[in-house]
Amino acid sequence: MSAAEGSRTSDARKLEYLRDLIVVLTAKEIKGRYKNSWLGYAWSVLNPLAFATVYFLAFGVFMRVQITDYPLFLISGLFPWQWVSHSMSSAPNIFLANATLLKKVRFARHVLVASAVLSDGFHFLLSIPVILVFLAIYHVAPTWLWLVGVPVLIGIQFVMVYGVGLLIASLNLFLRDLDRLTILFIAFLFYLTPIAYTSSMIPEEYRLYMYLNPFTPLILNWQQLFLTGTLSGGAVVAAGAMAVLSAMIGYLTYSKLAPRFAEVI
Amino acid sequence: MIAIRFTNVSKSYPRYLHVTRGLKASLLSLSQTVRAFKQEKFLALHDVSFEISEGETVGVVGPNGSGKSTTLALMAGVLKAEMGCVSVRGHVCPLLELGAGFHYDLTGRENIVLNGVLLGLTRREVIARLRDIVEFSELEEFLDQPVRTYSSGMVARLGFSIAVHLDPDILLIDEILAVGDLHFQAKCREKIKWFKNRNATIVLVSHSTSDIRQLCDRVLWLDHGKLVGQGAPHEVVPLYEQSQLMRSV
Repeated sequence: MSAAEGSRTSDARKLEYLRDLIVVLTAKEIKGRYKNSWLGYAWSVLNPLAFATVYFLAFGVFMRVQITDYPLFLISGLFPWQWVSHSMSSAPNIFLANATLLKKVRFARHVLVASAVLSDGFHFLLSIPVILVFLAIYHVAPTWLWLVGVPVLIGIQFVMVYGVGLLIASLNLFLRDLDRLTILFIAFLFYLTPIAYTSSMIPEEYRLYMYLNPFTPLILNWQQLFLTGTLSGGAVVAAGAMAVLSAMIGYLTYSKLAPRFAEVI
Repeated sequence: MIAIRFTNVSKSYPRYLHVTRGLKASLLSLSQTVRAFKQEKFLALHDVSFEISEGETVGVVGPNGSGKSTTLALMAGVLKAEMGCVSVRGHVCPLLELGAGFHYDLTGRENIVLNGVLLGLTRREVIARLRDIVEFSELEEFLDQPVRTYSSGMVARLGFSIAVHLDPDILLIDEILAVGDLHFQAKCREKIKWFKNRNATIVLVSHSTSDIRQLCDRVLWLDHGKLVGQGAPHEVVPLYEQSQLMRSV
Protein backbone atom coordinates (compact mmCIF):
# COMPACT_ATOMS: atom_id res chain seq x y z
CA MET A 1 0.00 0.00 0.00
CA SER A 2 1.43 3.38 -1.00
CA ALA A 3 1.86 6.26 1.43
CA ALA A 4 -0.87 8.25 -0.28
CA GLU A 5 -3.26 5.37 0.02
CA GLY A 6 -2.48 4.96 3.68
CA SER A 7 -3.16 8.60 4.48
CA ARG A 8 -6.38 8.44 2.52
CA THR A 9 -7.93 6.17 5.06
CA SER A 10 -6.86 7.91 8.25
CA ASP A 11 -9.51 9.59 10.38
CA ALA A 12 -7.71 12.92 10.53
CA ARG A 13 -7.64 13.09 6.78
CA LYS A 14 -11.32 12.17 6.61
CA LEU A 15 -12.15 15.09 8.86
CA GLU A 16 -9.93 17.45 6.91
CA TYR A 17 -11.56 16.23 3.73
CA LEU A 18 -15.11 16.75 5.03
CA ARG A 19 -14.20 20.27 6.17
CA ASP A 20 -12.69 21.06 2.77
CA LEU A 21 -15.71 19.70 0.95
CA ILE A 22 -18.00 21.93 3.02
CA VAL A 23 -15.75 24.97 2.58
CA VAL A 24 -15.28 24.55 -1.16
CA LEU A 25 -18.96 23.92 -1.90
CA THR A 26 -20.12 26.77 0.34
CA ALA A 27 -17.62 29.15 -1.24
CA LYS A 28 -18.91 28.08 -4.64
CA GLU A 29 -22.49 28.88 -3.61
CA ILE A 30 -21.58 32.25 -2.19
CA LYS A 31 -19.35 33.29 -5.09
CA GLY A 32 -21.65 31.91 -7.73
CA ARG A 33 -24.90 33.39 -6.57
CA TYR A 34 -24.21 37.06 -6.94
CA LYS A 35 -21.49 37.15 -9.56
CA ASN A 36 -23.91 38.09 -12.28
CA SER A 37 -26.18 40.49 -10.43
CA TRP A 38 -25.14 44.08 -10.05
CA LEU A 39 -27.06 44.64 -6.84
CA GLY A 40 -25.04 41.86 -5.24
CA TYR A 41 -25.24 41.77 -1.48
CA ALA A 42 -28.06 44.32 -1.47
CA TRP A 43 -30.53 41.65 -2.58
CA SER A 44 -30.25 39.69 0.63
CA VAL A 45 -31.17 42.85 2.54
CA LEU A 46 -33.66 44.43 0.14
CA ASN A 47 -35.83 41.35 -0.05
CA PRO A 48 -36.82 41.13 3.64
CA LEU A 49 -37.00 44.93 3.83
CA ALA A 50 -39.46 44.98 0.94
CA PHE A 51 -41.61 42.36 2.65
CA ALA A 52 -41.40 44.23 5.95
CA THR A 53 -42.68 47.36 4.18
CA VAL A 54 -45.62 45.55 2.59
CA TYR A 55 -46.61 43.78 5.80
CA PHE A 56 -46.33 47.04 7.69
CA LEU A 57 -48.68 48.69 5.20
CA ALA A 58 -51.16 45.81 5.11
CA PHE A 59 -51.26 44.85 8.77
CA GLY A 60 -49.91 47.92 10.57
CA VAL A 61 -51.45 50.78 8.63
CA PHE A 62 -54.55 49.29 7.01
CA MET A 63 -55.57 46.62 9.55
CA ARG A 64 -54.12 48.60 12.46
CA VAL A 65 -52.49 45.78 14.35
CA GLN A 66 -51.53 47.06 17.80
CA ILE A 67 -47.90 46.05 18.24
CA THR A 68 -45.40 48.59 19.57
CA ASP A 69 -42.64 49.40 17.09
CA TYR A 70 -44.30 47.15 14.55
CA PRO A 71 -41.70 47.70 11.76
CA LEU A 72 -38.93 46.65 14.13
CA PHE A 73 -40.91 43.61 15.24
CA LEU A 74 -41.46 42.60 11.60
CA ILE A 75 -37.78 42.95 10.79
CA SER A 76 -36.66 40.89 13.79
CA GLY A 77 -38.66 37.92 12.50
CA LEU A 78 -38.43 38.44 8.75
CA PHE A 79 -34.64 38.48 8.48
CA PRO A 80 -34.14 35.03 10.02
CA TRP A 81 -37.23 33.79 8.16
CA GLN A 82 -35.70 34.87 4.87
CA TRP A 83 -32.95 32.31 5.51
CA VAL A 84 -35.51 29.57 6.18
CA SER A 85 -37.59 30.32 3.12
CA HIS A 86 -34.61 30.77 0.80
CA SER A 87 -32.99 27.47 1.77
CA MET A 88 -36.26 25.57 1.68
CA SER A 89 -37.29 26.88 -1.72
CA SER A 90 -33.91 26.04 -3.24
CA ALA A 91 -33.82 22.58 -1.60
CA PRO A 92 -35.86 20.63 -4.20
CA ASN A 93 -33.34 21.43 -6.92
CA ILE A 94 -30.08 20.91 -5.05
CA PHE A 95 -29.56 17.29 -6.10
CA LEU A 96 -31.19 17.72 -9.51
CA ALA A 97 -28.85 20.59 -10.37
CA ASN A 98 -25.87 18.30 -9.74
CA ALA A 99 -27.22 15.32 -11.68
CA THR A 100 -24.11 14.49 -13.70
CA LEU A 101 -21.96 14.65 -10.60
CA LEU A 102 -24.26 12.39 -8.59
CA LYS A 103 -24.26 9.83 -11.37
CA LYS A 104 -20.51 9.58 -11.59
CA VAL A 105 -18.78 10.49 -8.36
CA ARG A 106 -19.19 9.04 -4.94
CA PHE A 107 -18.98 11.75 -2.30
CA ALA A 108 -20.97 12.87 0.73
CA ARG A 109 -23.88 14.31 -1.23
CA HIS A 110 -25.64 15.68 1.83
CA VAL A 111 -22.86 18.28 1.97
CA LEU A 112 -24.46 19.85 -1.12
CA VAL A 113 -27.49 20.64 1.05
CA ALA A 114 -25.39 21.73 4.01
CA SER A 115 -23.40 24.17 1.89
CA ALA A 116 -26.53 25.66 0.30
CA VAL A 117 -27.97 26.24 3.78
CA LEU A 118 -24.66 27.63 5.03
CA SER A 119 -24.42 30.12 2.19
CA ASP A 120 -27.94 31.36 2.97
CA GLY A 121 -26.87 31.60 6.61
CA PHE A 122 -23.86 33.63 5.53
CA HIS A 123 -26.13 36.15 3.84
CA PHE A 124 -28.28 36.31 6.94
CA LEU A 125 -25.17 37.05 8.98
CA LEU A 126 -24.31 39.88 6.60
CA SER A 127 -27.79 41.33 7.03
CA ILE A 128 -27.52 41.64 10.81
CA PRO A 129 -25.94 45.14 10.60
CA VAL A 130 -29.17 46.30 8.95
CA ILE A 131 -31.09 45.02 11.97
CA LEU A 132 -28.70 47.01 14.16
CA VAL A 133 -29.50 50.16 12.18
CA PHE A 134 -33.21 49.65 12.75
CA LEU A 135 -32.64 48.99 16.45
CA ALA A 136 -30.73 52.28 16.66
CA ILE A 137 -33.59 54.12 14.97
CA TYR A 138 -35.95 52.80 17.66
CA HIS A 139 -33.39 53.49 20.41
CA VAL A 140 -32.88 49.84 21.27
CA ALA A 141 -29.29 48.81 22.03
CA PRO A 142 -27.89 45.30 21.51
CA THR A 143 -26.61 43.52 24.62
CA TRP A 144 -23.51 41.44 25.31
CA LEU A 145 -25.72 38.37 25.16
CA TRP A 146 -25.77 38.82 21.37
CA LEU A 147 -22.20 37.59 21.21
CA VAL A 148 -23.33 34.20 22.50
CA GLY A 149 -26.95 34.25 21.39
CA VAL A 150 -26.42 35.03 17.71
CA PRO A 151 -23.94 32.17 17.08
CA VAL A 152 -26.04 29.71 19.10
CA LEU A 153 -29.25 30.57 17.27
CA ILE A 154 -27.46 30.50 13.91
CA GLY A 155 -26.18 27.02 14.81
CA ILE A 156 -29.64 25.81 15.80
CA GLN A 157 -31.19 27.30 12.69
CA PHE A 158 -28.54 25.70 10.47
CA VAL A 159 -29.22 22.22 11.89
CA MET A 160 -32.97 22.79 11.62
CA VAL A 161 -32.96 24.00 8.01
CA TYR A 162 -30.36 21.41 6.98
CA GLY A 163 -32.68 18.64 8.16
CA VAL A 164 -35.75 19.99 6.39
CA GLY A 165 -33.71 20.78 3.28
CA LEU A 166 -32.19 17.31 3.14
CA LEU A 167 -35.64 15.76 3.46
CA ILE A 168 -37.05 17.87 0.63
CA ALA A 169 -34.01 17.50 -1.63
CA SER A 170 -33.97 13.70 -1.26
CA LEU A 171 -37.71 13.17 -1.68
CA ASN A 172 -37.90 15.46 -4.69
CA LEU A 173 -35.81 13.03 -6.73
CA PHE A 174 -38.57 10.48 -6.35
CA LEU A 175 -41.59 12.78 -6.43
CA ARG A 176 -40.64 15.43 -8.91
CA ASP A 177 -43.40 17.95 -8.27
CA LEU A 178 -42.51 18.33 -4.65
CA ASP A 179 -41.09 21.74 -5.52
CA ARG A 180 -44.60 23.14 -6.15
CA LEU A 181 -45.71 21.70 -2.86
CA THR A 182 -42.69 23.20 -1.12
CA ILE A 183 -43.57 26.70 -2.30
CA LEU A 184 -47.09 26.31 -0.89
CA PHE A 185 -45.71 24.82 2.29
CA ILE A 186 -43.34 27.75 2.87
CA ALA A 187 -46.15 30.26 2.37
CA PHE A 188 -48.42 28.41 4.83
CA LEU A 189 -45.61 28.05 7.30
CA PHE A 190 -44.95 31.78 7.20
CA TYR A 191 -48.51 32.63 8.19
CA LEU A 192 -48.54 29.95 10.89
CA THR A 193 -45.35 31.30 12.46
CA PRO A 194 -45.63 34.37 14.68
CA ILE A 195 -43.72 36.77 12.42
CA ALA A 196 -46.39 39.26 11.33
CA TYR A 197 -48.23 38.88 14.64
CA THR A 198 -47.16 38.14 18.19
CA SER A 199 -47.76 34.81 19.88
CA SER A 200 -49.88 36.56 22.55
CA MET A 201 -52.39 37.54 19.84
CA ILE A 202 -53.20 33.87 19.24
CA PRO A 203 -56.34 32.84 21.16
CA GLU A 204 -55.54 30.73 24.22
CA GLU A 205 -57.10 27.53 22.85
CA TYR A 206 -54.93 27.59 19.70
CA ARG A 207 -51.66 28.55 21.29
CA LEU A 208 -50.61 24.96 21.93
CA TYR A 209 -50.98 24.10 18.24
CA MET A 210 -48.66 26.93 17.37
CA TYR A 211 -45.87 24.92 18.95
CA LEU A 212 -46.50 22.06 16.54
CA ASN A 213 -44.88 24.33 14.00
CA PRO A 214 -41.19 23.44 14.31
CA PHE A 215 -40.09 26.96 13.38
CA THR A 216 -42.06 28.75 16.09
CA PRO A 217 -39.56 28.41 18.97
CA LEU A 218 -36.70 29.44 16.72
CA ILE A 219 -38.36 32.64 15.48
CA LEU A 220 -39.56 33.51 19.02
CA ASN A 221 -35.94 33.23 20.18
CA TRP A 222 -34.68 35.54 17.47
CA GLN A 223 -37.37 38.14 18.23
CA GLN A 224 -36.60 37.99 21.92
CA LEU A 225 -32.86 38.36 21.35
CA PHE A 226 -33.14 41.20 18.84
CA LEU A 227 -35.88 43.18 20.60
CA THR A 228 -35.09 42.71 24.28
CA GLY A 229 -31.49 41.49 24.22
CA THR A 230 -32.43 38.46 26.34
CA LEU A 231 -32.92 34.74 25.81
CA SER A 232 -34.82 32.21 27.87
CA GLY A 233 -33.15 28.85 28.37
CA GLY A 234 -36.32 26.82 27.93
CA ALA A 235 -37.12 28.39 24.56
CA VAL A 236 -33.57 27.84 23.30
CA VAL A 237 -33.67 24.19 24.36
CA ALA A 238 -37.05 23.78 22.64
CA ALA A 239 -35.66 25.21 19.40
CA GLY A 240 -32.56 23.02 19.73
CA ALA A 241 -34.67 19.90 20.26
CA MET A 242 -36.72 20.71 17.15
CA ALA A 243 -33.49 21.18 15.21
CA VAL A 244 -32.08 17.81 16.29
CA LEU A 245 -35.35 16.11 15.43
CA SER A 246 -35.38 17.76 12.02
CA ALA A 247 -31.77 16.78 11.28
CA MET A 248 -32.47 13.19 12.32
CA ILE A 249 -35.53 12.86 10.10
CA GLY A 250 -33.73 14.52 7.21
CA TYR A 251 -30.58 12.45 7.51
CA LEU A 252 -32.41 9.14 7.97
CA THR A 253 -34.50 9.78 4.87
CA TYR A 254 -31.39 10.76 2.95
CA SER A 255 -29.40 7.67 3.97
CA LYS A 256 -32.32 5.44 3.08
CA LEU A 257 -32.73 6.97 -0.38
CA ALA A 258 -29.17 7.97 -1.31
CA PRO A 259 -28.11 4.58 -2.76
CA ARG A 260 -30.84 5.00 -5.36
CA PHE A 261 -30.11 8.63 -6.29
CA ALA A 262 -27.98 7.74 -9.30
CA GLU A 263 -30.77 5.56 -10.70
CA VAL A 264 -33.59 8.06 -10.63
CA ILE A 265 -31.88 11.33 -11.36
CA MET B 1 -3.44 -8.36 -7.10
CA ILE B 2 -7.05 -7.92 -8.14
CA ALA B 3 -8.20 -4.28 -8.39
CA ILE B 4 -11.82 -4.83 -9.37
CA ARG B 5 -13.86 -7.98 -8.99
CA PHE B 6 -17.46 -8.53 -10.11
CA THR B 7 -18.98 -11.75 -8.81
CA ASN B 8 -22.32 -12.70 -10.36
CA VAL B 9 -23.42 -9.07 -10.41
CA SER B 10 -26.95 -8.23 -11.43
CA LYS B 11 -28.48 -4.81 -11.48
CA SER B 12 -31.99 -3.89 -12.50
CA TYR B 13 -33.70 -0.54 -12.49
CA PRO B 14 -37.29 -0.25 -11.46
CA ARG B 15 -39.04 1.84 -14.07
CA TYR B 16 -39.16 4.89 -11.92
CA LEU B 17 -40.81 6.84 -14.68
CA HIS B 18 -44.13 5.95 -13.16
CA VAL B 19 -43.24 7.71 -9.97
CA THR B 20 -41.09 10.52 -11.18
CA ARG B 21 -43.85 11.69 -13.52
CA GLY B 22 -45.32 13.46 -10.52
CA LEU B 23 -47.21 13.26 -7.30
CA LYS B 24 -50.66 13.75 -8.74
CA ALA B 25 -50.36 11.14 -11.45
CA SER B 26 -48.85 8.64 -9.02
CA LEU B 27 -51.57 9.17 -6.43
CA LEU B 28 -54.45 9.18 -8.91
CA SER B 29 -53.49 5.75 -10.12
CA LEU B 30 -52.12 4.40 -6.88
CA SER B 31 -52.68 0.74 -7.62
CA GLN B 32 -50.92 1.12 -10.94
CA THR B 33 -48.02 2.84 -9.23
CA VAL B 34 -47.64 0.09 -6.69
CA ARG B 35 -47.75 -2.53 -9.41
CA ALA B 36 -45.17 -0.63 -11.40
CA PHE B 37 -42.91 -0.62 -8.39
CA LYS B 38 -43.24 -4.36 -7.94
CA GLN B 39 -43.10 -5.66 -11.46
CA GLU B 40 -41.60 -3.49 -14.08
CA LYS B 41 -37.89 -3.79 -14.02
CA PHE B 42 -35.25 -3.18 -16.56
CA LEU B 43 -32.37 -5.60 -16.29
CA ALA B 44 -29.24 -3.53 -16.91
CA LEU B 45 -26.71 -6.17 -15.88
CA HIS B 46 -27.36 -9.87 -15.63
CA ASP B 47 -25.07 -12.22 -13.75
CA VAL B 48 -21.81 -10.57 -14.79
CA SER B 49 -18.52 -11.84 -13.40
CA PHE B 50 -15.01 -10.67 -14.22
CA GLU B 51 -11.78 -9.63 -12.62
CA ILE B 52 -9.48 -6.76 -13.42
CA SER B 53 -5.92 -6.95 -12.11
CA GLU B 54 -3.96 -4.05 -10.77
CA GLY B 55 -2.20 -2.20 -13.56
CA GLU B 56 -4.42 -3.58 -16.29
CA THR B 57 -6.07 -1.37 -18.89
CA VAL B 58 -9.42 -2.85 -19.78
CA GLY B 59 -11.77 -1.64 -22.47
CA VAL B 60 -15.52 -2.13 -22.26
CA VAL B 61 -17.39 -2.35 -25.55
CA GLY B 62 -21.00 -2.96 -26.43
CA PRO B 63 -23.94 -1.33 -28.19
CA ASN B 64 -25.98 1.43 -26.53
CA GLY B 65 -27.90 0.21 -23.53
CA SER B 66 -25.74 -2.86 -23.03
CA GLY B 67 -24.79 -1.92 -19.46
CA LYS B 68 -21.45 -0.19 -19.92
CA SER B 69 -22.29 2.91 -17.90
CA THR B 70 -23.97 0.83 -15.22
CA THR B 71 -20.77 -1.17 -14.92
CA LEU B 72 -18.73 2.00 -14.47
CA ALA B 73 -21.23 3.41 -11.96
CA LEU B 74 -20.98 0.21 -9.92
CA MET B 75 -17.17 0.51 -9.94
CA ALA B 76 -17.37 4.16 -8.90
CA GLY B 77 -19.69 3.15 -6.06
CA VAL B 78 -22.57 5.42 -7.01
CA LEU B 79 -24.79 2.42 -7.63
CA LYS B 80 -25.23 -0.68 -5.53
CA ALA B 81 -25.38 -4.15 -6.99
CA GLU B 82 -28.69 -5.87 -6.43
CA MET B 83 -27.30 -9.35 -6.49
CA GLY B 84 -23.73 -10.50 -6.45
CA CYS B 85 -20.75 -8.62 -5.19
CA VAL B 86 -18.62 -5.76 -6.45
CA SER B 87 -15.26 -5.29 -4.75
CA VAL B 88 -12.91 -2.47 -5.59
CA ARG B 89 -9.42 -1.91 -4.17
CA GLY B 90 -7.95 1.59 -4.15
CA HIS B 91 -8.97 5.15 -4.85
CA VAL B 92 -11.31 5.36 -7.82
CA CYS B 93 -11.43 8.48 -9.91
CA PRO B 94 -14.01 8.84 -12.65
CA LEU B 95 -13.23 11.13 -15.55
CA LEU B 96 -16.23 13.43 -15.63
CA GLU B 97 -18.31 14.37 -18.62
CA LEU B 98 -17.66 17.72 -20.17
CA GLY B 99 -17.55 20.16 -17.29
CA ALA B 100 -19.64 18.19 -14.79
CA GLY B 101 -18.82 19.52 -11.36
CA PHE B 102 -17.60 22.82 -12.76
CA HIS B 103 -19.21 26.08 -11.84
CA TYR B 104 -19.17 28.31 -14.86
CA ASP B 105 -19.03 31.60 -12.96
CA LEU B 106 -15.92 30.57 -11.05
CA THR B 107 -12.44 30.92 -12.49
CA GLY B 108 -10.38 28.06 -13.84
CA ARG B 109 -8.26 28.09 -10.71
CA GLU B 110 -11.28 27.95 -8.38
CA ASN B 111 -12.76 25.15 -10.44
CA ILE B 112 -9.60 23.08 -10.19
CA VAL B 113 -9.88 23.14 -6.41
CA LEU B 114 -13.65 22.53 -6.47
CA ASN B 115 -13.35 19.61 -8.85
CA GLY B 116 -10.35 18.12 -7.10
CA VAL B 117 -12.12 18.13 -3.75
CA LEU B 118 -15.27 16.63 -5.26
CA LEU B 119 -13.11 13.86 -6.67
CA GLY B 120 -11.76 13.01 -3.23
CA LEU B 121 -8.69 15.13 -2.49
CA THR B 122 -8.26 17.68 0.27
CA ARG B 123 -7.60 21.28 -0.69
CA ARG B 124 -3.96 20.98 0.31
CA GLU B 125 -3.50 17.97 -1.92
CA VAL B 126 -5.12 19.75 -4.86
CA ILE B 127 -3.06 22.90 -4.42
CA ALA B 128 0.12 20.83 -4.31
CA ARG B 129 -0.78 19.56 -7.79
CA LEU B 130 -2.04 22.86 -9.15
CA ARG B 131 1.05 23.66 -11.18
CA ASP B 132 1.12 20.25 -12.89
CA ILE B 133 -2.58 20.45 -13.67
CA VAL B 134 -2.28 23.91 -15.21
CA GLU B 135 0.81 22.99 -17.15
CA PHE B 136 -0.79 19.91 -18.64
CA SER B 137 -3.98 21.75 -19.56
CA GLU B 138 -2.02 24.53 -21.32
CA LEU B 139 -4.49 27.05 -19.94
CA GLU B 140 -2.13 29.28 -17.90
CA GLU B 141 -3.30 32.52 -19.44
CA PHE B 142 -6.99 31.75 -18.86
CA LEU B 143 -6.57 30.48 -15.33
CA ASP B 144 -8.16 33.49 -13.65
CA GLN B 145 -10.95 33.89 -16.19
CA PRO B 146 -14.42 32.50 -15.41
CA VAL B 147 -14.92 29.10 -17.01
CA ARG B 148 -17.99 30.36 -18.87
CA THR B 149 -15.60 32.19 -21.19
CA TYR B 150 -13.85 28.91 -22.09
CA SER B 151 -14.59 26.97 -25.24
CA SER B 152 -15.93 23.46 -24.74
CA GLY B 153 -12.56 22.07 -25.78
CA MET B 154 -10.85 24.11 -23.09
CA VAL B 155 -13.32 22.89 -20.46
CA ALA B 156 -12.63 19.31 -21.48
CA ARG B 157 -8.89 19.90 -21.28
CA LEU B 158 -9.19 21.29 -17.78
CA GLY B 159 -11.39 18.39 -16.67
CA PHE B 160 -9.04 15.76 -18.04
CA SER B 161 -5.99 17.50 -16.58
CA ILE B 162 -7.55 17.52 -13.12
CA ALA B 163 -8.61 13.89 -13.19
CA VAL B 164 -5.28 12.50 -14.35
CA HIS B 165 -3.30 14.46 -11.76
CA LEU B 166 -5.21 13.17 -8.74
CA ASP B 167 -3.10 9.99 -8.61
CA PRO B 168 -6.06 7.63 -8.75
CA ASP B 169 -5.36 3.93 -8.32
CA ILE B 170 -8.21 3.27 -10.70
CA LEU B 171 -9.20 5.64 -13.48
CA LEU B 172 -12.64 5.28 -15.05
CA ILE B 173 -13.02 6.81 -18.50
CA ASP B 174 -16.43 6.95 -20.14
CA GLU B 175 -16.14 7.92 -23.80
CA ILE B 176 -14.15 11.05 -23.17
CA LEU B 177 -11.27 10.90 -25.62
CA ALA B 178 -13.38 12.37 -28.38
CA VAL B 179 -13.15 15.86 -26.91
CA GLY B 180 -10.50 18.49 -27.45
CA ASP B 181 -8.51 19.07 -30.61
CA LEU B 182 -6.26 16.46 -32.18
CA HIS B 183 -3.22 17.77 -30.34
CA PHE B 184 -4.90 17.39 -26.97
CA GLN B 185 -6.39 14.00 -27.83
CA ALA B 186 -2.90 12.79 -28.62
CA LYS B 187 -1.73 14.19 -25.30
CA CYS B 188 -4.52 12.35 -23.47
CA ARG B 189 -3.47 9.08 -25.08
CA GLU B 190 0.11 9.75 -24.05
CA LYS B 191 -1.04 10.42 -20.51
CA ILE B 192 -3.04 7.20 -20.41
CA LYS B 193 0.03 5.30 -21.54
CA TRP B 194 2.03 7.05 -18.83
CA PHE B 195 -0.60 5.91 -16.35
CA LYS B 196 -0.27 2.37 -17.54
CA ASN B 197 3.44 2.54 -16.92
CA ARG B 198 2.78 3.68 -13.37
CA ASN B 199 0.79 0.51 -12.80
CA ALA B 200 -2.56 2.30 -12.44
CA THR B 201 -5.69 0.40 -13.36
CA ILE B 202 -7.75 1.93 -16.16
CA VAL B 203 -11.24 1.05 -17.31
CA LEU B 204 -12.11 2.63 -20.62
CA VAL B 205 -15.56 2.67 -22.17
CA SER B 206 -15.40 3.63 -25.80
CA HIS B 207 -17.09 3.21 -29.13
CA SER B 208 -13.78 3.90 -30.79
CA THR B 209 -12.41 0.43 -31.43
CA SER B 210 -9.10 1.92 -32.58
CA ASP B 211 -8.62 3.50 -29.13
CA ILE B 212 -9.46 0.18 -27.54
CA ARG B 213 -6.97 -1.67 -29.74
CA GLN B 214 -4.26 0.89 -29.07
CA LEU B 215 -4.62 1.29 -25.34
CA CYS B 216 -6.19 -1.78 -23.81
CA ASP B 217 -4.68 -5.03 -22.62
CA ARG B 218 -8.03 -6.74 -22.48
CA VAL B 219 -11.60 -6.15 -23.60
CA LEU B 220 -14.92 -6.89 -21.96
CA TRP B 221 -17.82 -7.14 -24.40
CA LEU B 222 -21.28 -6.50 -23.00
CA ASP B 223 -24.56 -7.02 -24.78
CA HIS B 224 -28.02 -6.66 -23.25
CA GLY B 225 -26.52 -6.67 -19.78
CA LYS B 226 -24.57 -9.87 -20.29
CA LEU B 227 -20.88 -10.42 -20.62
CA VAL B 228 -20.74 -12.09 -24.03
CA GLY B 229 -17.00 -12.12 -24.49
CA GLN B 230 -13.68 -11.13 -23.06
CA GLY B 231 -10.08 -11.42 -24.13
CA ALA B 232 -7.28 -9.70 -25.98
CA PRO B 233 -8.35 -6.74 -28.17
CA HIS B 234 -7.20 -8.37 -31.39
CA GLU B 235 -9.47 -11.33 -30.67
CA VAL B 236 -12.58 -9.69 -29.23
CA VAL B 237 -12.75 -6.42 -31.15
CA PRO B 238 -13.13 -8.02 -34.63
CA LEU B 239 -15.93 -10.25 -33.33
CA TYR B 240 -17.65 -7.25 -31.77
CA GLU B 241 -17.30 -5.19 -34.94
CA GLN B 242 -18.70 -8.02 -36.97
CA SER B 243 -21.74 -8.34 -34.74
CA GLN B 244 -22.35 -4.60 -35.01
CA LEU B 245 -22.20 -4.78 -38.78
CA MET B 246 -24.58 -7.74 -38.84
CA ARG B 247 -27.03 -5.71 -36.81
CA SER B 248 -27.04 -2.79 -39.21
CA VAL B 249 -27.63 -4.97 -42.28
